[in-house]
Amino acid sequence: MAVKSLEIKDKEVREKFKEIERFIGSEHKLNDNQGMLMGVLHKTQEVFGYLPAEAMDLVSDRLGIPTAHIYGMATFYNYFTLKPRAKYQVFMCKGTACYVAGGGRVLEKLQETLKIGLGEVTPDKMFGLNITRCLGCCGLSPVMQVNEDIYVRMGPEKVNAILDKYRKKETKKRKVSK
Amino acid sequence: MYKMIEAVINGIKVEVKEGTTILEAAKKVQIKIPTLCKHQDLPPSAACGLCIVKIKGSNKMFRACCTPLEEKMEIVTNDPDIVAVRRTVLELILSNHPNDCLTCARNNNCELQKLAADFGISEEHFKKFLRQIPKDSSTGVIELQPEKCILCGRCIYVCQQDQDVWALSFLERGMGTRISPAGDINMGESPCVKCGQCSAHCPTGAIVEKDDTERVWAALRDSEKHCVVQIAPAVRVAIGEAFGVTGANFTNKLYALFRRMGFKAVFDTNFAADVCIMEEASEFVERFAHKKGPLPLITSCCPAWVDFMEKFHPDMIEHFSSTKSPHEILGTLTKTYYTEKHNIDPKKIFGVSIMPCTAKKYEITRSGEMFASGLQDIDVVITTRELARMIKQSGIDFLNLPDEECDHMLGDYTGAGVIFGATGGVMEAALRTAYHFVTGKEAEKVEFKTTRGLKGVKESEINIAGTKVRIAVAHGLSHVEEVINKIREAKKKGEELPYHFVEVMACPGGCVGGGGQPYMVCDELRKERTAAIYQDDDDRVLRVSHKNPYVKRLYADYIGNPLGDKAHKLFHTEYKSRPQYTR
Repeated sequence: MAVKSLEIKDKEVREKFKEIERFIGSEHKLNDNQGMLMGVLHKTQEVFGYLPAEAMDLVSDRLGIPTAHIYGMATFYNYFTLKPRAKYQVFMCKGTACYVAGGGRVLEKLQETLKIGLGEVTPDKMFGLNITRCLGCCGLSPVMQVNEDIYVRMGPEKVNAILDKYRKKETKKRKVSK
Repeated sequence: MYKMIEAVINGIKVEVKEGTTILEAAKKVQIKIPTLCKHQDLPPSAACGLCIVKIKGSNKMFRACCTPLEEKMEIVTNDPDIVAVRRTVLELILSNHPNDCLTCARNNNCELQKLAADFGISEEHFKKFLRQIPKDSSTGVIELQPEKCILCGRCIYVCQQDQDVWALSFLERGMGTRISPAGDINMGESPCVKCGQCSAHCPTGAIVEKDDTERVWAALRDSEKHCVVQIAPAVRVAIGEAFGVTGANFTNKLYALFRRMGFKAVFDTNFAADVCIMEEASEFVERFAHKKGPLPLITSCCPAWVDFMEKFHPDMIEHFSSTKSPHEILGTLTKTYYTEKHNIDPKKIFGVSIMPCTAKKYEITRSGEMFASGLQDIDVVITTRELARMIKQSGIDFLNLPDEECDHMLGDYTGAGVIFGATGGVMEAALRTAYHFVTGKEAEKVEFKTTRGLKGVKESEINIAGTKVRIAVAHGLSHVEEVINKIREAKKKGEELPYHFVEVMACPGGCVGGGGQPYMVCDELRKERTAAIYQDDDDRVLRVSHKNPYVKRLYADYIGNPLGDKAHKLFHTEYKSRPQYTR
């Protein structure tokens, strides 16, 4: 956990660290260190897919914010995860409005289709399933979030098509890289 | 000018300064509102909800600890509704608190237990939900039992804000909330500096000092062992609190107590504080007058401060006084000088230090120099709180003991030795002797009062023989950064140094406010303890360390000169940079 561990050998990880550092550099103009922490953690999770301990050390070091404080924040919000998770994280809103509008049935459908429970990840690491409490657009309930994409007025019948979209995206990527 | 406001609490008129909370205002008119998370020493965290009151015109209940009184407010602090809510709050807290009071370190001294008794909680209506979090004893100094934590946040406040260590924080939320170092590592792997302020502020048994009293009892029972004891300056003025007496000095009763407990020799850390000053003042004069070594000189008697510096400010190592802390000096002398003069096998000596401090438990094995006698110089450290328990177990009527003297050889002290216990004391004691070392004369007035008081950083200029000495005294680790940054800045720019001499004590108030002292410390109590210390100084005929006849004899018969070869071997130590996190 010491700052020492920042001397990372893996090239790919080093690049990711640099990306976070660049982000911090650009944010500096807009925010003080404490104020930008939340944004930096979001960026870190975007880059790594989760918050690795070494990355939180980097953030602590560059922003001069104690590691303990960053951990407190990272474990407080359930958006953040300290463990690697699926490529596409599905969040079904279980806030009051979404639930009343039938969000529960969408959730059931998701569990049935993906064959996983809450907080779990599919064996191919493709999808993870979680709930969230209110995404702030209750007028469009029920709402579902897949990574950064928001789907509104959800119904169980829309689940398969949406998941397929991401599956196709992945197969395409794989073909290109081959 | 501040505005005064008038309000009514339980039908009683009260007039207070604007901004006063309902809790404080109620206290003024002899109304006691029960509290749990609120500590007098700390700002309100409004975590527990026990101090709720009714305000006329509102259908909500308000937390008295954090609601400021307003003009014409009418407040009710006690009625059947309020009591019922308070009972429910307590029962909810108890529903995730283990019921092992009888075997808890805080038994009979626990704020939660007391409230449960006051409210006559005799039945548990809620289903028990205990957090299964293992105990953490990895520091060897304090023990964390998050299971017993009521999430008041006091430890976190002192660790982060007062001490600027940030070893502890809240992780997770809701039912999963717990106190822990970052990433659920052990305390021993965290930046924790062992100051123990968390344990001194905890309302329950969630953070307690590691209890070493059994080891002391075992040694006392062992006829092969020659047990010697020493007490730190701050212990004598706080131990009375465990027996209901505040602000009194129990030095001579403690000497009597130790003999009755079975200690073969009763020494005093204050004597070693005088020795410490001989070395530290010499170091200062070397650096200040003879330009040998970098200034400012920074004091190093406080092991939590030493640990903090090694972890957070290792670039300051060259400024640190290499003199060991007084109790370590005494430990070394016990197993060398004392045993040689009395023809005792040093291996038979069992050295016990009674300290206001938890970090002293860590210090005794901190580095190789803590074994300067060839053995571990101090065998066990117990805190003031542990001593209080030992007295209660011993069956000795402590308050009514006759006064006794210590064993003079390593016991008699001057006024300079005793003021080590309060913030600014080491500085003042060192200046008294440094003045003599520089000028060859005695200062007309031995008091340097600018070092005293509870202000976080105390800066002043002292005139020694026409030369101005700039000093700074900081206490509470959060005040250190300010001082260190000034030094760093000046060094970087090549400017004149802001200080020549700096004293730092980790705990607010210095050792009198130490992490091993009796509970419920606040500034009022710190002031009382400090006053008793300065009274002791005032009452002494000898008030400068270099005049202590037993210190003179020690140097003449055994050590030679301060900073000499033997002094270096026995009284000095080294520092090294340490990682904040070891995992």
